[in-house]
Amino acid sequence: MIINWDSFTPLASLGGGILIGIAALFLMMTTGRVMGVSGILSGLFSAGEPKLWRLAFLGGTLLGPLLIYTITGTPIASEMVSDGWLFYGAAFLVGIGTALGSGCTSGHGICGLARFSGRSLVAVITFMTMAVITVYVVRHSGLGG
Amino acid sequence: MALISGVVFGVGLTIAGMLDPSKISGFLDIFGVWDPSLAFVMAGGVVVNAVGHRFVMRRSVPLFAPRFLLPSFASIDRPLLLGSALFGIGWGVSGLCPGPVLGNLLLLPEKMGLFAAIVCGGLWVGRALKQRLEKSRVD
Repeated sequence: MIINWDSFTPLASLGGGILIGIAALFLMMTTGRVMGVSGILSGLFSAGEPKLWRLAFLGGTLLGPLLIYTITGTPIASEMVSDGWLFYGAAFLVGIGTALGSGCTSGHGICGLARFSGRSLVAVITFMTMAVITVYVVRHSGLGG
Repeated sequence: MALISGVVFGVGLTIAGMLDPSKISGFLDIFGVWDPSLAFVMAGGVVVNAVGHRFVMRRSVPLFAPRFLLPSFASIDRPLLLGSALFGIGWGVSGLCPGPVLGNLLLLPEKMGLFAAIVCGGLWVGRALKQRLEKSRVD
């Protein structure tokens, strides 16, 4: 195994992860809701679900990075790794997959694992494995160009 | 309150490097030149949440809502496995999961606008599909 030391950011990533954990705790403590982005988003399309807290949370997620950009004045690194139909096809898979699987990296990964949920553990192992295989195929098999 | 949580979440994603698809892809590329940073994001988030969750659950109700709404469904079924597998493929190809899609939206609106719209379309289809599958199981 070769480690990419140039892009490795253990402290920033740990700090960011801790903030994500605090955000999840704060949402549970105040609203009693699980901080799962795909679930919060998909609840917007369901009649009878309360919408205000969802819009407030999602609005905050939109604003947080903008806030950092405004304060630091440095552009936030965001380099795309695919384009065209692969890129937009992936968007559809992310949407349909997280809806069917009842959660994504935040809901299953951060919140579910912290509650020792068996379903979330299975979900995380499944999407991590598929994502690793996918990246291998795209980057190293020649199929991704 | 949800707004504050969302802002902290968005700031956390930014500092963690989660908004950068090339960094996510570098983490998933364990057979290439591997960037383990994302493991630190997961570890930080899960440990803080696991420890804090015990304290939060000492209360019988949340501060501003009538009750805690935690998933009670426990069985590992086909929608969970199929959905997570499809999500994994999409995540691997794009390096984007739902949180960072939103986090990137105002910074790169021209790149992320259509992507976010298609994620929402996928969520809508997936939600309808899941309801149909659950209904057929009950019937």
